[in-house]
Amino acid sequence: MQWETVIGLEIHAQLATKSKIFSAASTAFGAEPNTQACNVDLGLPGVLPVLNEEVVKMAVRFGSAIEAELGKRSVFARKNYFYPDLPKGYQISQFELPIVGKGHVEIRLDDGAVKTVGVTRAHLEEDAGKSLHEDFHGMTGIDLNRAGTPLLEIVSEPDMRSAKEAVAYARKIHQLVRYIGICDGNMQEGSFRCDANVSVRPMGQEKLGTRAELKNINSFRFLERAINFEIERQVDVIESGGEVVQETRLYDANKDETRSMRSKEEANDYRYFPDPDLLPVELDDELIKSIASTLPELPDAKRDRFASEYGLSEADADQLTASIELADYFEQVAKACGDAKLTANWINVELTAALNKSDMELGESPVTADLLAGLLARITDKTISGKIAKQVFEAIWNGEGTADDVIEAKGLKQITDSGAIEKIVDEVIANNPQQVENYQNADESKRPKMLGFFVGQVMKLSQGKANPQQVNELLNKKLG
Amino acid sequence: MSLTPDDVQKIAHLAKLAVSEEEAGSVAGDLTNILGLVEQMQQVDTTDVLPMSHPLHMTQRLRTDEVNEQDQREKFQSIAPATENGLYLVPKVIE
Amino acid sequence: MHNKSISELAAGLRSGEYSSVELTRYFLDRIKDYDGQLNSFITVCEEQALEQARLADERIKAGEGGQLIGIPIAHKDIFCTDGIKTSCGSKMLDNFVSPYDATVVERLKQSGVVMLGKTNMDEFAMGSSNETSWYGPVKNPWDTEAVPGGSSGGSASAVSAKLCVAATGTDTGGSIRQPAALCGITGLKPTYGRVSRYGMIAFASSLDQAGPMASSAEDAAILLQAMAGFDKRDSTSAQKEVADYVSGLDNDLTGLRIGIAREYFGEGLDSEVEQSVRAAIEKYRELGAEIVEISLPNSGLSVPVYYVVAPAECSSNLSRFDGVRFGYRCEDPADLEDLYKRSRTEGFGAEVKRRIMIGAYALSAGYYDAYYLKAQQIRHLISDDFKNAFEQCDVIMGPTSPTTAFKLGEKADDPVTMYLSDIYTIATNLAGLPGMSIPCEPVAGMPVGLQLIGNYFDEARLLNIAHKYQTVTDWHKQRPEGYS
Repeated sequence: MQWETVIGLEIHAQLATKSKIFSAASTAFGAEPNTQACNVDLGLPGVLPVLNEEVVKMAVRFGSAIEAELGKRSVFARKNYFYPDLPKGYQISQFELPIVGKGHVEIRLDDGAVKTVGVTRAHLEEDAGKSLHEDFHGMTGIDLNRAGTPLLEIVSEPDMRSAKEAVAYARKIHQLVRYIGICDGNMQEGSFRCDANVSVRPMGQEKLGTRAELKNINSFRFLERAINFEIERQVDVIESGGEVVQETRLYDANKDETRSMRSKEEANDYRYFPDPDLLPVELDDELIKSIASTLPELPDAKRDRFASEYGLSEADADQLTASIELADYFEQVAKACGDAKLTANWINVELTAALNKSDMELGESPVTADLLAGLLARITDKTISGKIAKQVFEAIWNGEGTADDVIEAKGLKQITDSGAIEKIVDEVIANNPQQVENYQNADESKRPKMLGFFVGQVMKLSQGKANPQQVNELLNKKLG
Repeated sequence: MSLTPDDVQKIAHLAKLAVSEEEAGSVAGDLTNILGLVEQMQQVDTTDVLPMSHPLHMTQRLRTDEVNEQDQREKFQSIAPATENGLYLVPKVIE
Repeated sequence: MHNKSISELAAGLRSGEYSSVELTRYFLDRIKDYDGQLNSFITVCEEQALEQARLADERIKAGEGGQLIGIPIAHKDIFCTDGIKTSCGSKMLDNFVSPYDATVVERLKQSGVVMLGKTNMDEFAMGSSNETSWYGPVKNPWDTEAVPGGSSGGSASAVSAKLCVAATGTDTGGSIRQPAALCGITGLKPTYGRVSRYGMIAFASSLDQAGPMASSAEDAAILLQAMAGFDKRDSTSAQKEVADYVSGLDNDLTGLRIGIAREYFGEGLDSEVEQSVRAAIEKYRELGAEIVEISLPNSGLSVPVYYVVAPAECSSNLSRFDGVRFGYRCEDPADLEDLYKRSRTEGFGAEVKRRIMIGAYALSAGYYDAYYLKAQQIRHLISDDFKNAFEQCDVIMGPTSPTTAFKLGEKADDPVTMYLSDIYTIATNLAGLPGMSIPCEPVAGMPVGLQLIGNYFDEARLLNIAHKYQTVTDWHKQRPEGYS
């Protein structure tokens, strides 16, 4: 039997506001437990929610970015259930009338094909607190600092057909929310969380299979693994004559498996109803227009522009537009040094490797755009060779100054004086009579490879500073 | 609409209330009486009538995104039934 | 001294006839003398009250204006008071010392009142007789065998027996007006959104509204002036300027159109109560008003609608009482489920649990449309009835309650009969309109309330209409025997 997988994602993006969605307490990560939970967050008797303006604007930014229908009138509703990290016994969310309606994003598949994934809706809601299960005499500790943190829940259509597609979609949303500055995207801190609804059905069947909802996935790698595990599990269940149960399953990264969440298994009746403490949110066209007009160039447009304007390959353009910071960095360097391809190469190879090695973000890089531009300018004007440039890059990374400072201090300026180079070439030829003879007796086709020996010797004598092009020319001439 | 003791147990469970088997019958009776009163609503044709969740036709006012709540953990936790290391304690939550 | 109005007391405080400390002691003594039988207070804050009185005396000495400075009042125990127990009439909150002040409390504090204590009430404001309080029933000073009405029964009883100058109350379906009627005082439920709900423990958020309970329309106006106004902490608070409630009290009523709804004079209305109410309306005719027959065709459905909407909202509002962060927690919970169920079952009384369950049922899957949605639709029809009525009249008048105060225990075992005692007051809350109850001629020695319903934000006119009646009658000055 051939199986087809159907995946839909629910992504919770924590909105990067200063204060909470319904209270004026701070949303900063990592504070002492319950020091950022005010009376509203604690659900004390008598308190009332007041909606944060920025949260609405951020939702509109997202809606505009995915070309969605925006809810001119959206309503907050209460989702009722008891849980210790949910102080009021209900979560304020949106149900019937979300702020963002149908939209879409495009993802690129491995074979280069483009696929459109539908976004069903995106709605605003408050986050819950955290339960800490380490042992307090057999009790669970509750920290409500996170309670009331604004979330945008982005619900996709069940349009993905493989774990890879799901990851591509999740990455796309991740890229987008960071581009438009509404979420820091930090998955370790839980600012960007993915739940996946996964089901399988016989190829060609229209009716959807029973789905399982996978939770607790905090990286793209785990998202792919969790979905693949789940697909296999469901196929096994069906092929061995069983039935897939609709349930919530927790992904365990250590064991690389999903398991049933028994505590949440019992059927919930959330009794949604409009929150009487909050009024309908109305968006006027002016506001929508003014917010849309402040959107930055979005990733797809930027990638296409990079490819056409700078003549970059699809892959390079893709990589350089992964984040708005990286794209800005690239443009700054490329404009300053005048060679976009060289810039792309240096950023995608040297800089990326250095950042990875030190586990740093671009923003922390000791080699700023100005410094890198200064270095690349010395390559293009032939002051140094590409090889020497790597040495200079390392020195700049280590804080030894600008490219010019390093070149000066270490005497790395390339030798382009043909007289000086000729002298070295002559010396090498004189010192290696046997190799010269071999070279001259060799078949024409083998000569280029043999030339490398002489080039190496010249570079060695010149401490790498001789202009490689001139060295090659002179050697060719002299060796005949 | 007449509620059975079984219905009562289901509702009580949703509302996290305990109703003993002995009480369930009389509670079912009370609730059924109230629902009987409420039943009058069904006489009215409400086709095309918009539901009214708020008495006034106002829209949501928005608050500027500013932090102006100070840490009051000590005060808030002085009235809590059980805390430790700044956390509220509850019986073990099993996931 | 206790029969003086707020403005008379304010004058006495300024002339130095007595100090606020003396006035406060005087009322604290009355509470000691009389509240043993009335049970109208849950908490008396003697120390804090005297401290506030001292501060008030300083403010007066410093020449500060403000008629409320140094006036001893009481708050219904539904308002959060920083550092003082706020029980909401429930065992659930018997140990709850609020860590913050409600906006109403804060505003009255700023205007200089002295808080004598917190008044008794039906548990979580759910009741019409004050019999659901965990602290025991409140007695009606006019007949201690009778109920004071509810849920603001403690405030009504205390004001009626003059254990305080005035008090705050809240009204979700008649909880200010019905006890005001039954205890012979003046009570006003403002337009929804006029007074902040912040710090007022929610029963049904779309219906709850706080208001003054006092001995006269004039006192109520002074109190409301301090309570009303926009509050940025309450999203449902109206951003509308507060009218001057005092300056127009004496405005002439000539040409006032009084709407009389036939639905408010039908079956179930005690005939003597009807006579008293009709006599009061006749008095208005003498004052130059004209009477207009109006109809509120859907008003008969207000009780059914209310008993879906209010329980639905309360079932959710009361979920926060879970034994985790504050309030009652059961002994030695075996597990989380046990913690929830026992804390809530032991902490809440029967009526509260009944309404929580009705509400949970009305919102549950499969019943939402038939109950909750249907109720919200009919609510719209009820609201439209009033809209139409106010095209023909300026104020609607009728009885506040179908009978005078009934006996303690008389309806306690029959929830549905009890619910019907709010039949004339509930529709106002569903529509969000302001309503008032003022004393008219008593029946068999028991007070009767005349209800005035105004258009949105028309509190000033209601107070004016009430005040004019009180200048030509003295029903509001009659006091129950034994509390002189």
